[in-house]
Amino acid sequence: MGSPMRIRARLAGDAADVRVLMAHEMETGQRKGADGQIVPAWFIQEVTATLNGKTVLTAQWGPAVSKNPYLQFKVKGAKVGDKVALSWKDNKGDSRTDEVLVTA
Amino acid sequence: MRVVKVGSALLVLMAAVSGAWAQKSETEKGIDKYREMIADGNPAELWEAEGEELWKKKDGPNKASFETCNLGQGPGVVKGAYVTLPRYFSDAGRVMDLETRLAYCMQTIQGISEPKVTSYNQGDHKKIVALATYVAAASKGMPLNLPQEHPEEKRMYELGKRAFFYRAGPYDFSCATCHSAENTRIRLQALPNLTTNKPAGEAYTSWPAYRVSNSQLWPMQQRLNDCFRQQRFPEPKFGSEVTLALSTYMGVNGKGVASLAPTIKR
Amino acid sequence: MDMKKLPALALFIGLALIGGCAMNYTAADFDRLGKDMMKASFQTRGQAHIDRINQDEVNAACSAADLSGKPIDAALQRRLEAAELAKVVYPADGKFLGDWRKGEVEAQSGRGATWSDKAGEPNGGNCYNCHQISKAEISYGTLGPSLYQYGKLRGDSEAVVKYTWAKIFNAKAFNLCTNMPRFGHEKMLTEAQMKDLMALLLDPESPVNKN
Repeated sequence: MGSPMRIRARLAGDAADVRVLMAHEMETGQRKGADGQIVPAWFIQEVTATLNGKTVLTAQWGPAVSKNPYLQFKVKGAKVGDKVALSWKDNKGDSRTDEVLVTA
Repeated sequence: MRVVKVGSALLVLMAAVSGAWAQKSETEKGIDKYREMIADGNPAELWEAEGEELWKKKDGPNKASFETCNLGQGPGVVKGAYVTLPRYFSDAGRVMDLETRLAYCMQTIQGISEPKVTSYNQGDHKKIVALATYVAAASKGMPLNLPQEHPEEKRMYELGKRAFFYRAGPYDFSCATCHSAENTRIRLQALPNLTTNKPAGEAYTSWPAYRVSNSQLWPMQQRLNDCFRQQRFPEPKFGSEVTLALSTYMGVNGKGVASLAPTIKR
Repeated sequence: MDMKKLPALALFIGLALIGGCAMNYTAADFDRLGKDMMKASFQTRGQAHIDRINQDEVNAACSAADLSGKPIDAALQRRLEAAELAKVVYPADGKFLGDWRKGEVEAQSGRGATWSDKAGEPNGGNCYNCHQISKAEISYGTLGPSLYQYGKLRGDSEAVVKYTWAKIFNAKAFNLCTNMPRFGHEKMLTEAQMKDLMALLLDPESPVNKN
């Protein structure tokens, strides 16, 4: 289980404005470490967002996304108190889900 | 005729040189574009939201929130507090900046007898980081207006000025070594002249800031701490007089400048 | 006297006394309080010992000049510059130039001497932080003058070589209140490292002088 995400979902009009900061190294697999050896690729491959259990966003990421990715998106039809859940899965098979309630 | 030709060639050369002087280099333009791009979507908002929750949360042995905490504008008043800090507080009998005042309220209102705030983002300091971001954000756009009425506030300014020009350590660095001239940079990082109004105000109010390079949210105490580290100085203690004095010096120098916090930096 | 007025009067006198005492700081008081504050506000961490907060005569004099906004007294400057020049230690073997390739690595490195650096590890020169040096490196600072084509412009006479060494060793010998650190005097760089930097600046094969 990876490190916790910081999530905020705030209602703006009829949509929830969701902002997520994920904690992940996002290694490209092309960088050499201090020892001169290639640091193995390690990055988030799948991202899923759900609203009250229903999938509203999926994303396929690759090594082009930088360390500690910051994601913003809007979900129409959300109401205060709805549950927004963010999940990611990386190329090593590690995954993480965090959830938050939509606030006013 | 030869004289005229030389003259016009010289004029053309001078025009080209002065034009180049006024324009930014391609490198600097690139950096400006990068800053524009990362400003759209600042993770600092997440700390701001966390800070708002902590402000209202009943916590500590007294099960009390920060909602009676007086940051200088009255109990519980958050808006406008950041741009008048540091200031003198009669209940504490001394000048305090935002972070030390938050720690004081943690102690006196919530009853946490010795808030653990000496290590960045460890223990109670984690909460201070979020609270400071929330409080600073509430003053966004408001003009810096640190009070300089109380003798202690004036003393802090004078001591801050002396700290600013204090050369020491194996590199003989003072704050002024890097921060007292126009149009200079370290590597490609532009250095604000903290002795003049606009740069001082913008630099001072750009903290708290989210730093992309290490994914951390730094309030002012941490920024000062790291300055001294890079100067090869010993470590300034959290909330020590030198940190309050330098904040006062910068904030007063920046009087009237619209607050930027929280910002995003490389 | 009206007894109701007495406490208020006492309070007024008391406040006036406190206010009066606090208000009467002179500039010299602030200078003294400032120095006390620097000693009290800092603590040792890692290799950054609290003793680093102490100022030698040069730093004290230049700090005072910076604070005043006026240039340092000329006679004092000459005396202190001469004293700093006397502290320069030249290489015992009489060789001033090392390896410019190593010099470039040292010039690029900004490490060393902070509390997050391991004590005893070699320090970097931090040179690119303030100076342009080779043409290829565009990430350079402007706190100091450009050193590009340093050797090409000055030649390699004994005078230039000795001056350059002394400047790296103790920059304060030539311009007392310069921003440049005293790399040799403060033992921030070893003799070997400084020889490599000399080569970077003066070796005709160095990229600094090649184009």
